[in-house]
Amino acid sequence: MDKLTDLTLHEARRLLDAGEIRSVELTEAFLNRIRAVEPRLHAFLTPTPEMAMEQARAADEQLRKGPAENPMLGLPIALKDILSTEGTRTTCGSKFLENYIPPWDGTVVAKLRKGGAVFLGKTNTDEFAMGSSTENSAYGPTRNPWDLNRVPGGSSGGSAAAVAADECLAALGTDTGGSVRQPAAFCGVVGLKPTYGRVSRYGLVAFASSLDQIGPLSKDVRDAALFLEAIAGHDRNDSTTAPRPVPSYTAALHESRGVEGLRIGVPGEWFGGGVSPEVAEVVQAAIARLEGMGASIREIHLPVSEHAIPIYYLIAPAEASANLARYDGVRFGLRAGGADDIWELFARSREAGFGAEVKRRIMLGTYALSAGYQDAYYKKAQSARTLIKQSFDRAFEEVDLIVGPTTPSTAFRLGEHANDPLAMYLEDIYTIPVNLAGLPAISLPCGFAQGLPVGLQMIAPAWEEERLLGAAYRYEQATDWHTRAASAVPT
Amino acid sequence: MSLTLKQVEEIAELARLDLSRGEKERFRDQLSAILDYAERLQQLDTSDVPPTAQVTGLVGVMREDVITASFTQDEALANAPQDQDGFFVVPTVLEES
Repeated sequence: MDKLTDLTLHEARRLLDAGEIRSVELTEAFLNRIRAVEPRLHAFLTPTPEMAMEQARAADEQLRKGPAENPMLGLPIALKDILSTEGTRTTCGSKFLENYIPPWDGTVVAKLRKGGAVFLGKTNTDEFAMGSSTENSAYGPTRNPWDLNRVPGGSSGGSAAAVAADECLAALGTDTGGSVRQPAAFCGVVGLKPTYGRVSRYGLVAFASSLDQIGPLSKDVRDAALFLEAIAGHDRNDSTTAPRPVPSYTAALHESRGVEGLRIGVPGEWFGGGVSPEVAEVVQAAIARLEGMGASIREIHLPVSEHAIPIYYLIAPAEASANLARYDGVRFGLRAGGADDIWELFARSREAGFGAEVKRRIMLGTYALSAGYQDAYYKKAQSARTLIKQSFDRAFEEVDLIVGPTTPSTAFRLGEHANDPLAMYLEDIYTIPVNLAGLPAISLPCGFAQGLPVGLQMIAPAWEEERLLGAAYRYEQATDWHTRAASAVPT
Repeated sequence: MSLTLKQVEEIAELARLDLSRGEKERFRDQLSAILDYAERLQQLDTSDVPPTAQVTGLVGVMREDVITASFTQDEALANAPQDQDGFFVVPTVLEES
């Protein structure tokens, strides 16, 4: 057997159930790995080794009685530090919440805790998930395990780097405009954004409520299916979750028809001027591979998708400006001193607690919602959002799946976009349309450009996660990109 | 679309952000650039297109109104920057008449 930290969720599951390894030794291996690589990567904001060992011992206790009833029992994972965890500080990458210790678990965290998962710690994120590089974290950036001078992507960059560097079996991230898929692409791992409403957002600290969705980052597609199965489902505490049964996504990997005979659409617009030639070449090769496996490939058009960035950067900041109004220095979080009245207290606390990108988006959203401008910006963007959704609906009348690049380029250098917010926003041009339409999508490794991983994005109609995962799994089985180890951390 | 410093100050007032002079100038330039970019949306004809606020298709979701366990007063106050006698403490809200 390889090193314990090389295992996937499903391999570790099998070994734990067979009694060949114990959760305690698995957890210790990951805690050692975290200690070894964290000085270089900074994927974690708050490691939780004591809790992890306690949960591992409890899991071993249960496993002594027989194989696990819950698929996550005894499996060491990491959580993006924007998921509310009872008794463990939840900073959202913000100075505002530096000392905030939630008195409650969000629904997904509670499911995992109850199921006996082992929590290794909370991972780094752009402040309130606003960013594409983790450079907007108030606690310093995470570095890419393939090249320490490059970003891991964001906002779930800590989770993606932790999975890529074998610091955990898998991790949770959140995806509002690409924040699971883009870091997965940059770090050479699998990232899944479920259909909006598939996974409860209760306890996910809100950024843009109509777009946010929790999703897993993992070493392979089967792990993504297994993890999704553990977190999906209706929740009475989130009225936007659908009252639909959760199918067995792991069973669907084999039962779904896979790639054979699948009609795959490739948006012509996504191979225009925006994408780098190296990424285009690698993704075209992956599409040719899919064709070789029996898919029929056709070019499709998503004409409005080129407007997705301005639509998103009006809608998401508008929702953020409302959601972040709660940070006022009164009930929790940072409070600035020296205020004479409550208005000063609000304005000074928010000024002191938020970083530049969060302020920029609050300002943008406030403007887009303000009297006299709401129709021209916010309402216009909402109508344009309808057009995006309609263009996907039309495309899915002709094809079963849409495939293209996850990102226009491979991981960029730290600081490369520091003074140009718009350039940073353009990094999410292929992922944002999917959030606006609420669709499920996955990014999986499909090759390398100059030594850096490239992500292949697959998009399915709403609620077709089984088709999505089935096709992704067959592609993964036919290739070995997902097995490559990150090159800038010790093996 | 070019924002003035005065407009930036008005937005900051609405957003309750006590921005520094440097931030105001930076945001004036950056937000103007972003809004310029957003101008391209005006090319889209959306005259007969209804707005999309959410994509779930769910409408008027209801649930049973049942009492469940909630936080204790201590738990609710545990993260408060300042509290006293079971209350959150804030500076003066009302002016003396």
